[in-house]
Amino acid sequence: MTLADPPRLPVLVRLLPAGSYAGRSRMLLLRSATAARRTWLVILSGFAEPVFYLIAMGAGLGSLVGSLPGPDGVPISYAAFIAPGLLAASAMNGAVFDSTFNVFFKLRHSKLYDAMLATPLGPVDIALGEIGWALLRGGLYASGFLTVMAVAGLLTSPWALLALPAALLVAFAFAAVGMAATSFMRSWQDFDLVTLAVLPMFLFATTFFPLSVYPRWLQLVVECLPLFHAVELMRGLTTGVVHLGLLGHLAYFVVMALIGLAVAGRRLGALLLR
Amino acid sequence: MADGPVQARGLRKRFGEFEAVRGIDVDVAQGEVFGFLGPNGAGKSSTMRMIACVSPRSDGTLQVLGLDPDLQGPRIRARIGVVPQQDNLDNELTVRENLEIYGRYFGLSRRHVKARAAELLEFAQLTERADDAVEPLSGGMKRRLTIARSLVNDPELLLLDEPTTGLDPQARHLLWERLYQLKRRGVTQIITTHYMDEAEQLCDRLVVMDGGLIVAEGTPAELIRRWAGREVVELRFLPERRPSVAELEPHVDRVEELPDRVLLYTSDGEAAQSAVHRAGLRPESALVRRSTLEDVFLRLTGRTLVD
Ligand SMILES: Nc1ncnc2c1ncn2[C@@H]1O[C@H](COP(=O)(O)OP(=O)(O)OP(=O)(O)O)[C@@H](O)[C@H]1O
Ligand SMILES: [Mg+2]
Repeated sequence: MTLADPPRLPVLVRLLPAGSYAGRSRMLLLRSATAARRTWLVILSGFAEPVFYLIAMGAGLGSLVGSLPGPDGVPISYAAFIAPGLLAASAMNGAVFDSTFNVFFKLRHSKLYDAMLATPLGPVDIALGEIGWALLRGGLYASGFLTVMAVAGLLTSPWALLALPAALLVAFAFAAVGMAATSFMRSWQDFDLVTLAVLPMFLFATTFFPLSVYPRWLQLVVECLPLFHAVELMRGLTTGVVHLGLLGHLAYFVVMALIGLAVAGRRLGALLLR
Repeated sequence: MADGPVQARGLRKRFGEFEAVRGIDVDVAQGEVFGFLGPNGAGKSSTMRMIACVSPRSDGTLQVLGLDPDLQGPRIRARIGVVPQQDNLDNELTVRENLEIYGRYFGLSRRHVKARAAELLEFAQLTERADDAVEPLSGGMKRRLTIARSLVNDPELLLLDEPTTGLDPQARHLLWERLYQLKRRGVTQIITTHYMDEAEQLCDRLVVMDGGLIVAEGTPAELIRRWAGREVVELRFLPERRPSVAELEPHVDRVEELPDRVLLYTSDGEAAQSAVHRAGLRPESALVRRSTLEDVFLRLTGRTLVD
């Protein structure tokens, strides 16, 4: 009964308070997977949403819009334009939902994390484990949606294979930040702020129309939003317009994930270990 | 008692401005059952949480199993079992999964936790409910499951915060018997309780806490001898016939007035009862009994154990 596992994030671990990471966050995945066996229908429903949008907007609205300029200016069909946007948005939505509503409930109501902290697990195990679960779910949805895109002929380049790991990174970053934000929330009312942050991003961060429709100042605002970077990343990969600029978008999410994780781990510790 | 499993000196816990534990010294010896008694808000749970390494101390020193909770929290927690005051079972898992998954948090193998869960279900008499959800279990069943869960890692030190609150008498006696078995196997136990019979029955030694301080310490017998005397005469009077304390005091060592009765502390209950009678006082009812921890508690904290 010792702390067997060598920590997998040594640098980060040394920055964290003693005892906050036992290297056993996969046990939280086991727990979530066990619990999910009874709620798989709810989980599956997450597949459907982006597919509905794709059909309604891509096929319906697309017949009016025709084509739009792709990332390199070459016109692509409206469906091919919004599909990567929907992929990015679904990675965001799934991760944010899991890491805010679900985590808040466990934190404040079911006292689940209190029980876990009476074992050798630390707050960082919990943060990583919960984010990891959000990630698995996000990965499942992204694979499903990518399959739909492939079948609909919306994937035009082998680079599209990389859209899956990219979606996982995006989900990780959103889950980490979502969890960090949740640790500051006091009541369910505060969740209106989550909707307030997520919904406008979903609508305006170039998911449904290109950046060029905005005046310059608004373009600058949109370019700061995380979902914008996710959409750019996905659109580049699924249409095969790959350039070094994509690495910049990747870096954005790596930084976002690390900050979110560090804040979430610390805040969980401060909240639970009083 | 130099190297007992728990050693605290000047231990304090502050929540903002408020100080819940105000400098206590505790020494728990290997293999003993140690009790914390005290009225609501005395600081028992706050102390237990510090020992369980889930609440950092504000001041003082603390060693649990020879280690410092501030530095070695996870290593200590790997070797202790905790029953919190409020059940925090995992409502998304079944009864059995609650034990198995919890065991996995300790890094125990799948095979090991499977076998251990089966034993513990038997221990908690929940085998028939093993594959049910936790939510619909009765309060007592949940409590039993929480206690079973605390044993999944074969702890050397068991922390039980009001373990039997909500249990029916039969389940309480069963638990006492199980705790006695654990004691015989050398498991050190720390218990808080509001039931004096439980404290007398289980605890080798106990402390009474009040307002964040320890106000008395000893074996149950020592505490009774020191603070309550040998016998108690319980008198009930009609309100209009109730005598003043001054009228009763000459006949006994000490008088304690409760809303519904008067307690007389004395070395000889029968003699005190006759003396009261000779003085012309006529109680509705009179009962001579041995002193208990409840009397100690009342003397020290001015309150009854279960209020
Ligand atoms: N997290 C907290 N934040 C602020 N105050 C707290 C916190 N936990 C406990 N307290 C306060 O500390 C005091 C001691 O509480 P504690 O739970 O230790 O008492 P207790 O002896 O266990 O009482 P009970 O018999 O009711 O369980 C109480 O006044 C309580 O309000
Ligand atoms: Mg308490």
